Parts: sequence; structure tokens; C-alpha cells
Amino acid sequence: MKEINYGEPILEVKNLSISFRTSAGNLNAIRGVSFTLHKGETVAIVGESGSGKSITVKSVMGIESSNQKINDGEILYTFSEKGKKKTVDLLKFSKRDKIARFNGQRIAMIFQDPMTALNPLLSIGDQLTEGMIRHLKMSKKDAWKRGIELLDEVGIPNPTLCMENYPHQLSGGMRQRIVIAIALSCNPDILICDEPTTALDVTIQAKILDLIKTMQEKRGISVIFITHDLGVVAKVADYVCVMYAGKIVERGTAEEIYLKPRHPYTWGLLLALPTLDTTSDRLYAIPGTPPNLLKKIVGDAFAPRNRYALNIDYEEEPPEYQISESHMVRSWLENPQAPIVEIPEELQERIMVMLDKSSAEDIRESSVAS
Amino acid sequence: MENNTLLEVKNLKQYFKSGKTTVKAVDDVSFKIKKGSTFGLVGESGSGKSTIGRAIIRLYDPTDGEVILGGKEVSGKMTAEKKKYLTSKMQMIFQDPMASLNPRKKVIDIVAEGLDSNHLYKNRKEREEKVFAMLERVGLNHEQAGRYPHMFSGGQRQRIGIARAMIMEPELIIADECISALDVSIQAQVVNIMKDLQKERGLTYLFIAHDLAMVKYISDYIGVIHLGHFVEMGTKEEIFEHPVHPYTKSLLSAIPEPNPLTEPTKKLITYDKAKEKVDYSAGTNHFLSENHMVLGTDEEVARWMAV
Repeated sequence: MKEINYGEPILEVKNLSISFRTSAGNLNAIRGVSFTLHKGETVAIVGESGSGKSITVKSVMGIESSNQKINDGEILYTFSEKGKKKTVDLLKFSKRDKIARFNGQRIAMIFQDPMTALNPLLSIGDQLTEGMIRHLKMSKKDAWKRGIELLDEVGIPNPTLCMENYPHQLSGGMRQRIVIAIALSCNPDILICDEPTTALDVTIQAKILDLIKTMQEKRGISVIFITHDLGVVAKVADYVCVMYAGKIVERGTAEEIYLKPRHPYTWGLLLALPTLDTTSDRLYAIPGTPPNLLKKIVGDAFAPRNRYALNIDYEEEPPEYQISESHMVRSWLENPQAPIVEIPEELQERIMVMLDKSSAEDIRESSVAS
Repeated sequence: MENNTLLEVKNLKQYFKSGKTTVKAVDDVSFKIKKGSTFGLVGESGSGKSTIGRAIIRLYDPTDGEVILGGKEVSGKMTAEKKKYLTSKMQMIFQDPMASLNPRKKVIDIVAEGLDSNHLYKNRKEREEKVFAMLERVGLNHEQAGRYPHMFSGGQRQRIGIARAMIMEPELIIADECISALDVSIQAQVVNIMKDLQKERGLTYLFIAHDLAMVKYISDYIGVIHLGHFVEMGTKEEIFEHPVHPYTKSLLSAIPEPNPLTEPTKKLITYDKAKEKVDYSAGTNHFLSENHMVLGTDEEVARWMAV
């Protein structure tokens, strides 16, 4: 099992709330999101499309659409500059300031589709050296040399030649490696990955995830990882935030979320995904669809889809219940007055299988070691 | 065994010419699907898995090979009679429900299109009744029949796609990545509908997907395809418990499993066709058991079996 030792917090998102003005009215996309990213750690944000996971991290980068309004909250970023430690609120900076001071050099982002993230008219070398020349004030020659090293590091065969190539000459997996190299070129503290492997094949996906992990360990970067794939989350994350309708409904270490989930939505997500051991005849499907965020949400947003919903769920929003130091759940079921609801049986069986598998692996490893 | 085979594909080849080069998207593929079963096709993008589905339903004209559906040949030159037989027996569900539904048509007309072109109703009322019954079967209500596709969510649109395919009462459904574009919780809803309908109507599915856990869950037989060749084929137990071909093994090792205890340390098995000097066209089909097939030369198969 993985040991969690908390580094210093490097990014703290506090009570972030964002809405969009649309022709149909105000859309409350983010309704109070808080989480902390510690140094060297990976936080995964999982959720369905429309849950607000991308908007949350885009606000860290300052990627805003014109109809967006930040209603509340702060994003505290701690970094050292000239040997001094500083904490700033990223939301207080203008877009231009942010680009000049943070984006790319301190906080970098990898996007889902590597073809749209790369400029088709510029060679790989030009795109890779751009950040280094601008932020690190390197000479073109030095940056080019460094670029070749970076490409080698991310596993591109024949990096010298690749610098001259254009994006269309490379495969999807190779392009995503280039995007990672560009993101890492200025030695950022934080790497934000927005569904970096969703567009890739499973075998390529596994390689890219491995690459992100090794780069992270080598450089001690903190990573925010956005995905809807709970399998990917299990591979990369130390810490998981489950998002639903613009709120984090459960937050905990990966083991807490997978082995001791408390929120019915998390149960549903875990059950809806068939694993290689699923034999049941039907998959557990969360009924219904996510709520319309144009309307004001009264009570718990998940209540209409929740088979364990209590009356109070329709009236009042559940507060945060702290289960352990790291584990938080927003559900009325945690209230001492609520009826006791056990984890669904099927999920319990799955958790048992998970534990079995890991102990079997421990035995195998120890026998190999001896 | 012979008589309960619904679909038989023999030496199917689908080449595409682009300029001077010919792309062999599907190169000599043969398989059978039993009536009432689900055959899963897996492979990476560009492996030719969608092309197989599209060649069978004649969205492409196959370069060579034979397709036999319910004892009748449906490949070769198409006649009006053959076409009618094909559309009444075989239907397809596509990946992107937004792109596969005509945005300018109402749901009722989209779903009824097959009925319209085959004159499968006596009057408007019967047409309407048939469509309403089908919509309700897939979990939509008939008040939604007058709406346009953009007014629905992704999961609902895919239900419309299913209704459109099912209303023809086909025997074989080709589902091409039909749940890949949906969210996890919605995926489960759609898969459950497909499974229920299969049980009710004795349907046969050709399920094309890249999500291996889902393919394992839904399929009885699985074909693993790489660069236009079936490299391994067998029951799902044979493929998942006793894989032989190194490509299958690498594919299986890459599946991200939702288990934080084992997943972070899992080793990826890599497969490089060129490095291992595997030539698919030199290999022959080796049957390890009645259903378990591996493509390779004698020497290769012996080597892989020994591992």
C-alpha cells in the first residue's frame, strides 16, 4: 500500500464558484469547489461530462470564456521566488500578468487532443523552444539543444530529426509525448492534465500514463489529473475528488475512495464500470441524467437519482462530513440521525476482490524477492 | 453447430486505394457468429475493426471474400432482393449519435425510416404505434417522438439510434463503438437495454469497441484484430484467461483496472511487431481448441505457447 505523507500545500482552491451567462439564463457550473494539491502529489478530479471538472482547472490557468463570471473563491498558489516563499491568489491577477508570470513556466497544462494543442504550421522544434526562449530567456541555440534532450526524455526515437518535423507527421501517441515535453520544458511546479489519454488507444494510454508518472517522480512535480475513467484514476492518483453538478461530493485518498466509498454517487460510478471480474447479468446503472444547472438547485443535486435519498435531501444541501483527516463526504447519510445504509453488496464483493488481488500480488512479490 | 451459425465471414478483404498505394485495411479475415451470441471485436484505432463491420453491412464494397447471413450470401453483386434481405436482417448502431441522426428530422421519422422504405405498415396509425412502442422499449416516452435530435442528451440520442435499428426486427446488430461517446453512468444504462433486448428477441451482436473491460462483459466470443488481421480469437475466457498471442497479452496488460492497490505498480507488456519479426501474412490460423484460434507460423505459436 502507498504511504501518504503530506508535502506542503502548493495549490489551494477554496470555495470556487463560477457561473456562465447564457441566452437561457445564468448557468451555475461550479458551485463551491475546494481542494488542496500538495507538493509531489497527484490529485485526480473525476466526474461526468458537465460536472465542471475542466472549468475548475481552466480557472487555475486563467483560461476563461467571455461569458464566464467568477462569483466567489480563491486559488492560492505557493511558490518560491528568489529564495523567498510567496503565496498569491491567482484569481487576483489579470490574464496578461498570469501568462507572463505563471502560465507555462510555473503551471503547465496538457490537453485532451494533441492535434489541436499543437500548431500545424510550426515545426516541433519551434513549438518546443518557444516557452524556454520566452520564459527562461534562453538563447535559441541552447533552447534547441535542451529541446532535443527533452524529446529524448519523453521517449521519442530520433529526437534530432523530430525537432524538424511537423505535427501531422507524427502519430497520436507521439504528439501527446511532444505536448508533454512542451509542458515540462520550463520546469513547472504544477502540471494540469485534462483527459490527456482519452483520445488514445489503451496500449498508448498506458505508456503515456507511465511517462507522466516517471516525469513526476523525477522532477517532483504536483499533478492535477482530470478524467472520467476510474481505471486511469486508480493508476495515477494519490488523492481523488469526485465531482457532481459543480460540487465535490466526495474527496479522499485513492484507497479511501475505492475501498471505503461513502457517497451513493461514488458507489454508482464504481458499479457502473464493468471490471474484468464482473459476472453479474446487469450493470448497475445510475438512473436518470445529471441536473440542469440553469435551474436553481434545491437540496442535494444528486437526490433525484439517488435511491438512498432522504427527505432532507430535497430540502437542504448536505454539509461536508469529515470521515478521516483526508476523507470528506457531502451526504446526509453521514448525519448521526440518518438511517444506516451499507455499501451495496455487489460493491462490497468487488472491494473484496480488489483486496484479494493485492494480497495475492504481495505474496508473489515477496516470493520473487526471496 | 453448423446450423446455428447466423453470420459467416470467409476470407474477407477490404482494400482502399489512395493514389498509387493500396491500404489493406482488412486482410483475409474469417469468422462465424452463433445465433443469439455476442461477438466482440477489439483492436487499436486503425486496426480495421470498424471496416469489418462496415464491409459486412455493405457500407463498403468488399474487395474479396464471402459473407453469409442466415444461409444466404449477401456479398458480391447487390440485387434489389439481396439488399432487402440484408436490411431486414441486419442493422447498425453508430458511435456518435449526433452525427448519425439527421438533425432536420423528427425522432418519429428517424425511427420510422426503415419502415417507410420497406412499406411495413398499413396506415399512419400503425406506423405511429410501432414507433411509440419501440421508443418506450428503449426508455423514451412517446411525447418525445415529435422532437428533434438536438433536444436530447447523448444517452437519449443513443437510445434513438438503438430504436431505429431495432424497429426493423433484425437478427444481427452491428454496434460500432456505440457506447464510447457516453458517460460511465449512461453507458451502463445503454448496455443494459442492449442486453435485455438480446434476451427478449434472441438477437445477435457484433460489438466493436476498444474498451476491453466492457467487451469482456458483453461478449461471448472475442476477436482481437491488429493491422487488418485476426491475431487471436476465442471465447472470452480463452482470450482473457489464456491469451497466447503477444499482441493480445500487451492489450490486456494495458487495461486500466479500477483498483488503486494493484494498478500503480502493474507492468505493461509491450509488443513491437517489427522487433519480434512477426509477419502476419506468413502466419496461418492455428486452432488450439475448437474455438481458440491464433495467427502465426508453427514456430511462433510454439514459442508463444511455451511462455
